[in-house]
Amino acid sequence: MGYAGLQLVNTMFMQELCERMTRQFDCDQVMHQKDDLSFLRVDRDRLESALMYLKTHEGFVHLSFVTVIDYIEDGFFRLNYMLYNYDKATNIGVQVDITRENPSMHSIHHLWAQGWTYQRELKEMYGIDFPGSPRVDEEFVLEGWDGIPPMLREFDTAKFCEDRFAKRDGRESQDIKQTMRDNLYPERGES
Amino acid sequence: MNKQDKNPGNNRENLIKLENAGLTAEEQQLFCDAVPVPYEPYSLEFVERFHNWIRANSLWVLAFGTGCGAIELNPLMTSRFDANRFGVMMRPTPRQASVLIVAGYSSVKTLKRIIRSYEQMQGPKFVIGLGICTINGGMYYDSYNTINCLDRYIPVDLYITGCMPRPEALLAGFMELKRKIKAGECDGANRYVKDFDWYKANQKKVIKKWDMPDYNW
Repeated sequence: MGYAGLQLVNTMFMQELCERMTRQFDCDQVMHQKDDLSFLRVDRDRLESALMYLKTHEGFVHLSFVTVIDYIEDGFFRLNYMLYNYDKATNIGVQVDITRENPSMHSIHHLWAQGWTYQRELKEMYGIDFPGSPRVDEEFVLEGWDGIPPMLREFDTAKFCEDRFAKRDGRESQDIKQTMRDNLYPERGES
Repeated sequence: MNKQDKNPGNNRENLIKLENAGLTAEEQQLFCDAVPVPYEPYSLEFVERFHNWIRANSLWVLAFGTGCGAIELNPLMTSRFDANRFGVMMRPTPRQASVLIVAGYSSVKTLKRIIRSYEQMQGPKFVIGLGICTINGGMYYDSYNTINCLDRYIPVDLYITGCMPRPEALLAGFMELKRKIKAGECDGANRYVKDFDWYKANQKKVIKKWDMPDYNW
């Protein structure tokens, strides 16, 4: 079976899988990004069972990563749980939307032991709480952080730097294209 | 002549104790609370010059990679650049080192370790800021977690700019550092002692979790 054949098998497998998932877990939205990458969107309370099903019945045994996207305009976080199937060599992303006010999500550390590391990071960088996750309240990367979580989009990084870290005078920005033309290739000029 | 008597800083009665407020009462018993004292040069000038010549020719570098620039320190010791021929050597512990190279950006978390390492180094000690990030923040000038000007937190004797400077630039920097040491211009450790309060205030403005002694003897 060549590459095209594998692609076809993958596409069919993913489409069937997404149909099954939609029936079972009432997914809002299904996106087929690529042959081997699809995204499902499930409810906040159905996420755990959906992940459990994908892990135990569909062969998605590997949790690649957990990320979050901050949709500040629409007032929600979108969590992405990316899973990988070694037999079929396919990825599936399970997405959950959670509210931005007092964000909290069910912990998945009992499904994948590494999950608590991601959850600890999300707690520190975005302030999303995962009740029951081990060591979730401990510092992950930052030490003694005293402001709002730094990866939130309302966090003003430039202003924070100005207040916290001293600037050295003399720094100036230049237009790269113009500077290179003036200094490196003056003979070429504008043609 | 007894140097101890000449130096008023060494007089135990005149010493102000460090607060060590970041430590618990139990930990405060374990750490020294004396303020650092400045280095007094020898009264005979040629003796001091001789000592400076010795210091310049055995620079022992603390092998502490603080940022991405640490990758330039590795080829420095290999046969191609061979810094050993200039008396430059890597040491694994701050107690044996005399040169601290802050290589590239340093996050607030690393800065805490840099300060600890720097203070634990025994004098005479020198600091090289390697890369543009130590000078004005470089490409990380607006990051929430990296400092911009290194010389506000520890005294820097020499800056080598570039992003990243190649090992050749680093060797040229060592040559310049040697020249400055021989000329007696590297007084960073004394500046640190003299402006101790200013340095500590700057450090504590950035490092919010201060759970170490105020001076790491």
